[in-house]
Amino acid sequence: MDQKLEELKLLKPGTYFMMGNIACAEAALIAGCEFYAGYPITPSNEIAEHMSRRMPELGRHFIQMEDEIASAVAILGASAAGVKAMTATSGPGFSLMMESIGLAAMLELPCVIVDVQRAGPSTGIPTFVGQGDVMQARWGSHGDYELVAYAPSSVQEFFDLTIEAFNTSELLRIPVIVLADEVVGHMYGKLVVPEYSKINIVNRKKYTGPREKYLPYSCETLVPPFVAAGDGYRIHMTGLTHDERGYPSLEIDDSRKLIERLVMKVRKNAKNLWKYESYFMDDADVVVITFGVTARSSLEAVKRARAEGIKAGMLKLLTIWPFPEDPVRIAGEYAKRILVAEINMGQLIHPVKEVVRCPVVGINYPVGYAPPPEYILDGIRASV
Amino acid sequence: MVEVQVLREVVSSESPRDDLIRRERFPHIWCPGCGLGTVLKCYVEAIASSDIPRDKHVIVSGIGCSGRMAGYVNIDSYHVTHGRPIAFAEGMKIVRPDLEVTVISGDGDLVTIGGNHFIHAIRRNVDINVFLVNNFIYGMTGNQYGSTTPLGARSSTSPYGCPEYPFNLPLLAAALGAPFVARWTTLHVRQLAEAMKKAMKVKGFAFIEIISPCPVGFGSYNEMREGMDFIKFFLENCIVDHNADLNKVAISMRPGDPIILGNFVEREAPTYHDLEREVFRKAGWLK
Repeated sequence: MDQKLEELKLLKPGTYFMMGNIACAEAALIAGCEFYAGYPITPSNEIAEHMSRRMPELGRHFIQMEDEIASAVAILGASAAGVKAMTATSGPGFSLMMESIGLAAMLELPCVIVDVQRAGPSTGIPTFVGQGDVMQARWGSHGDYELVAYAPSSVQEFFDLTIEAFNTSELLRIPVIVLADEVVGHMYGKLVVPEYSKINIVNRKKYTGPREKYLPYSCETLVPPFVAAGDGYRIHMTGLTHDERGYPSLEIDDSRKLIERLVMKVRKNAKNLWKYESYFMDDADVVVITFGVTARSSLEAVKRARAEGIKAGMLKLLTIWPFPEDPVRIAGEYAKRILVAEINMGQLIHPVKEVVRCPVVGINYPVGYAPPPEYILDGIRASV
Repeated sequence: MVEVQVLREVVSSESPRDDLIRRERFPHIWCPGCGLGTVLKCYVEAIASSDIPRDKHVIVSGIGCSGRMAGYVNIDSYHVTHGRPIAFAEGMKIVRPDLEVTVISGDGDLVTIGGNHFIHAIRRNVDINVFLVNNFIYGMTGNQYGSTTPLGARSSTSPYGCPEYPFNLPLLAAALGAPFVARWTTLHVRQLAEAMKKAMKVKGFAFIEIISPCPVGFGSYNEMREGMDFIKFFLENCIVDHNADLNKVAISMRPGDPIILGNFVEREAPTYHDLEREVFRKAGWLK
């Protein structure tokens, strides 16, 4: 990645009409993704298909693995070798990747996992939309760890948040999830690719000091500098609880220091990671908190409610995890009621309830379908 | 009366291979009589005598007794999740073809929970080495049977004898097209180290099944309680036949039924790296 973006065969700055999944793939190329491993699954396939054509054009690696377990592990092998790597999947594949999300968190290997959510549980309706992976994204792998999950609601956001996902994963050495959904993945929409000089690209900080002094899991900083395989540092990485040298340890101090650091590097940076957008929030009595495709119908519903004289507002969360506590708490201080709109039986509503004191009501829509604005409008009307 | 004189000067706390061993991590966790120390010794000997710079060698291990191998070798070393070291190694090797990536792990790890990755990595002919240490049992978790446990053998979860047929791993690897397939025991130290050296030179997937004693685990359930019981068994029952019919090399661990050893397959085939370069050419990246 020493080459300048201008010299590479990337999507040029300009305005496009593009499918969400393809915008995601092109964003990954601009972000510097050099290794893609995946397994076919609807509705994320366009990402892999596009990457299979585009990655070799840039001399980068695309491989179709035997399953999602292998895909998620292979990107970690590539990441350990020092390159940016990603995979994309949907519900059933996302479930199979949970083990490796924990490994990525433990070895502190940056990687990006795109989950184009479909209707579940189990096989569900593969070609229809869902938002049922909110909690799985955060808690799906066993043990204590933290990660970041972004949720796009448009083609543009899918593009922007994919680049952001790579940047955050490199900055904090964590797995980052892009929690898209079938509608956003398959929708065609406007995409503006800015001048490359306006695109922020983050690369993981590398250690270059003497080998004797290198502590791969030093607790001096929240994010220790990285060395890749072949750099000559003779690193040891293990999924076992380890000390600062990376060696397995059963000591209470080592366990505490490691797990605290894995968690705190996200928690302490939470405020910088929160992305959200407010609509009509200045005087809102009723606030709809939502994300992904549901934010699209919610915005229309809020506008119609305003036309009816209801003081409705909307908070669209682009960062789902770490949960944007402050903006939600503030919304709860001024609103009389908060509605949480999502295509599931109530997941995002739980962290909302944790941070606000006003009444919180879920607007839940049958899994498989995006709620029409009327449905959310009915929820708003019923709340006043 | 014969006086025994201890030659203190030959007793040394140092080893000529100390540079390749993480001495600070010793004593290791392996049981008395285990074969893994020998595997470690052969691996570092093979690294030391390979033409590849030490800092280009990488070891990846999974979970289990053999999975601890990565932690004792002083090169870039990765100890990953159960069954997944081959998939991890593939990702690493594909983006960094200059690295000599070796997976050392156990039978439960590589061909039971990780069997899918094993067969597909061979099918792709990714240029990695896989040294599978077969002790016929899940040692670390308490001696449960697995996909290599001989039919009828006892374990903590097969008290009436294992009701499943075991894998014939050299046959499986050869059938999938692996360019190098070998089997040795930890008694055959020189042959094993030589086979490892060969594997490092092979272009493509190189597979060695290493038959290793497990007196504390497998042995305690099957009347082989001492490390020497296995060594004697290997001495009496092993036959070296490089040209063996691989259909007939399944292991029963019954006295009189030979364990066939050898460097069974040595052939050339385009690797994943070669085939990927063809993709790069068609995509216009390479001329």
